[in-house]
Amino acid sequence: MKIFRPVITYMLLILTAVIVFFPVVYAFFISFMSGAELLQGNFIPKTFHLDNYQKAFERLPLAHYLWNSLFVSTVVMLGQLLVSALAAYAFVFIPFKGRNIIFFIFISTMMIPWEATMIPNFLTIQQLDWINNYQSLTIPFFAIAFGTFLLRQHFLTIPKELKEASDIAGLRSFRFFWKVVIPYCRTSFVTLGAYGFLTTWNMYLWPLLVTNNDDARTVQIGLKQLQTQEMATDWGVVMAGVIIVIIPTLILLFLGQKQLQKGLAQGALK
Amino acid sequence: MYSVELKQVDKSYDKEHLVVKNVSVTIEPGEFFVLVGPSGCGKSTLLRMIAGLEDITSGSILIDGKIADHLPPSKRELSMVFQNYALYPHMTVEDNITFGLDVKKILKKEKKQKCYEIAEMLGLTDYLKRKPRHLSGGQRQRVALARAIITNSPICLMDEPLSNLDAKLRAHMRSEIRELQRKLGLTLIYVTHDQVEAMTMGDRIMVLNEGMIQQVGKPIDVYNTPVNSFVAKFIGSPPMNLTTGLVDKSSAEITISEQISLPINRLVANNLNSDQVLVGIRPENIKLYEEPSSLDLSFEVTLDHVEILGTETLLKFKWNDNSVWYAKWYGQWDIRVGQTLRLTLDSDSLCIYDGHTEKLLQGPRNIQHQHVQEGIV
Amino acid sequence: MKSATEIQGKSSTRIVTKWKFMYWRSAILYLLPSIILFSVFLFYPLGKTLYLSFFLTDQQGIANVFVGFENYQYILQAESFHKSIKATILFVLYTVPTGIVISLFLALLANEKVKGAGFFRTIYSSTMGVSVAASAVVWLFIFHPSMGILNQLITSIGGTSIDWLLHPDWALVSVAVTTIWMNIGFSFLILLGGLQNIDEHLYESAKISGASYFYQLRRITIPMLSPTLFFVTTVTLINAFQTFGQVDILTQGGPSESTNLIVYSIYREAFVNYQFGTASAQSIFLFLCILIVTILQFKFGERKVHYQ
Repeated sequence: MKIFRPVITYMLLILTAVIVFFPVVYAFFISFMSGAELLQGNFIPKTFHLDNYQKAFERLPLAHYLWNSLFVSTVVMLGQLLVSALAAYAFVFIPFKGRNIIFFIFISTMMIPWEATMIPNFLTIQQLDWINNYQSLTIPFFAIAFGTFLLRQHFLTIPKELKEASDIAGLRSFRFFWKVVIPYCRTSFVTLGAYGFLTTWNMYLWPLLVTNNDDARTVQIGLKQLQTQEMATDWGVVMAGVIIVIIPTLILLFLGQKQLQKGLAQGALK
Repeated sequence: MYSVELKQVDKSYDKEHLVVKNVSVTIEPGEFFVLVGPSGCGKSTLLRMIAGLEDITSGSILIDGKIADHLPPSKRELSMVFQNYALYPHMTVEDNITFGLDVKKILKKEKKQKCYEIAEMLGLTDYLKRKPRHLSGGQRQRVALARAIITNSPICLMDEPLSNLDAKLRAHMRSEIRELQRKLGLTLIYVTHDQVEAMTMGDRIMVLNEGMIQQVGKPIDVYNTPVNSFVAKFIGSPPMNLTTGLVDKSSAEITISEQISLPINRLVANNLNSDQVLVGIRPENIKLYEEPSSLDLSFEVTLDHVEILGTETLLKFKWNDNSVWYAKWYGQWDIRVGQTLRLTLDSDSLCIYDGHTEKLLQGPRNIQHQHVQEGIV
Repeated sequence: MKSATEIQGKSSTRIVTKWKFMYWRSAILYLLPSIILFSVFLFYPLGKTLYLSFFLTDQQGIANVFVGFENYQYILQAESFHKSIKATILFVLYTVPTGIVISLFLALLANEKVKGAGFFRTIYSSTMGVSVAASAVVWLFIFHPSMGILNQLITSIGGTSIDWLLHPDWALVSVAVTTIWMNIGFSFLILLGGLQNIDEHLYESAKISGASYFYQLRRITIPMLSPTLFFVTTVTLINAFQTFGQVDILTQGGPSESTNLIVYSIYREAFVNYQFGTASAQSIFLFLCILIVTILQFKFGERKVHYQ
């Protein structure tokens, strides 16, 4: 029994890992295959040449799209951190009247599906002349209730004596925020940052609506273009595009998996 | 050196129940003043109101003779040490100590200089570059002290600063804090639930219960003459022994358990509303009965428990309708549980409380004697 | 003396009001960015959606003719909207329970104390790093009628290949499978976090009394994990209602509208057919669905949840 259990565990672990990771590996292998090789129905490519990657970059301004995605994701991440942190700070450290009601309103915004507001938002963006602009891809996403909630949960764990000690020392509210709250809650900032970056990088519907030329188009929309252009023939090139798109986020995830898991679990539980 | 004056201070969180009721007291400049009481008695709330961390519902607080009600905590010229020390976990010991100086416009060099002086004084020099989590409880406590005194505030508030330390360290820190306070001439207001700390540290102590002042005075006076039965039971370990006695107004005598009769001031007896009183005596004033004296206050008991503590022996017994009493004798006594002894009360050391109001009617008469002892020490 | 205290009392209440005002002012400053952004990009558009849903609009989205509830009447009678609702409900039923069971299974596996568990945790959470577009494209090829690995496997063991994305019966299942795979990473990560928060002593005492693995699972793990499970269910449920990218890349809502999930339907109505009025009515419908589901979830779900 004692030896039996780890063996079963390992067998299940390996089996499930192979299944879960299969699509990524599959895409990786195909990204090295030529059209002819694909038709033969091979699984493992004969050679690992980079032709498909070269082609992907030639057919579309992928590098520009990558830059757009990187820029937009970074800006949204920073914006979310700042806006959420400010709001969470008010909810935890300032005992103002109506705090609970306003917090409840904040939380209930989580129930409004973003898609239900997309038509007027699109019209607003049109009116502001933000189509094909970075603004349209970033500013509407700065305020997220989830971020405020996550940070508030962590701010609440700061012993109230730390705030009182700084009150007695005469520290201004904003200094306390900067010098104590942010360093104290580094993990949840990292979590929220990673979360914001990932979700923005992976955003699909909104960039599809508000970009119709290459100026601000993100790499996700590039991928769709690649796929619709290539139709039937060059799947190797499409998969090369897939690999290019997922590598930054996979690296981010591998690096931050532990933090993300800890931070998200904290946000999920009261 | 600043004084702190409370004038009829009330505090209520829900506008219905007062957690602090009508507290008025003046804390003298340079005094070590201890607020003591059971948990939930309002002592921490009172301290936090002095600090300005809680607003007062009514009444007024004067610091250095000036009304301070409207001042934010930072303008009250005080420092505070918290029970959990409130050290910033992400800062080094040095940064923690100088934290309060950041706000004041002080040169970096001077700041460092001051920090080293204080670290030296508290034996923290070797730990300045460490983070709080790498320190022991006692060291963290010292960092918290250092942070409080570096600001040179004339008033220092401490909220149960020793309760997270083990017994041995606590005893050591008691004297250290006391010495520090004397050396720096601080007005120190100290909150504790531990009556030993109150007794050993305070110039004066204030006993609080349910938000009301019970008694203010020198520790030894509070110990000898508790003004009501609550203080009698709260101060002293083991607490003062209390039991009910019946008053015969015509003969001006109190009878306890039909065994003992003792005289009571006729005037006091006549003013009583009922015929019940509480008779109290400190455990060290119960003696072994040896020879008859003019006033016989002896009674017989069976011992329930005996503890020999090295320098003293503690006896536990029940009498007069299950009142649990202790007697404390100097030295090591070879006595067994279950043994029957004849004990006697020292008639000069009795406290008599009203059976209803539980207020002191008649205090001990041998205080003079105690004062002489205090003088010798 | 008495009058002195009264004056004192008054002045301190005035001070309290002043403090309260200062608190309020600084709180508003901190909350202002959120409030502005929420107003402009959430509350205003939600109201505008409601407004538009009562109008016929032109191509620029300008409301022309007030039609009252006609848009709602129209969508509730339209067969294509019925199909869309049916597809959405089926899709939710396909993806949410299966996704959670699989993620829970993986989380339990990865929480075993064996060497190299960290590696497997990384693998399981990896799908969170694969975007909607990327996963949809990869699965598009997996489902490819001739070159895709699925049909290759089926034909190699002698079966007949399946038109995964082209057959009305299979298309929704295929989209669901893709979605489940995509959601595994997130659900797994949250559930693993929940598992690791369970106090180790609970298992130790169970082991001492000789409880079996499945007994422990049923009596300790699941009850202690219930808040996390509740959270994951809520999030995946809402996500399922909001599915768009997979549909756009895999099936474009077809074949014969069998995968025309509600958000895709809104998108087509608004940005392909330029019917902003009916699209807004559908949006309001979506909003109400999610609202009701969340409220029901909290009402009935939270009772069964065991908080520590």
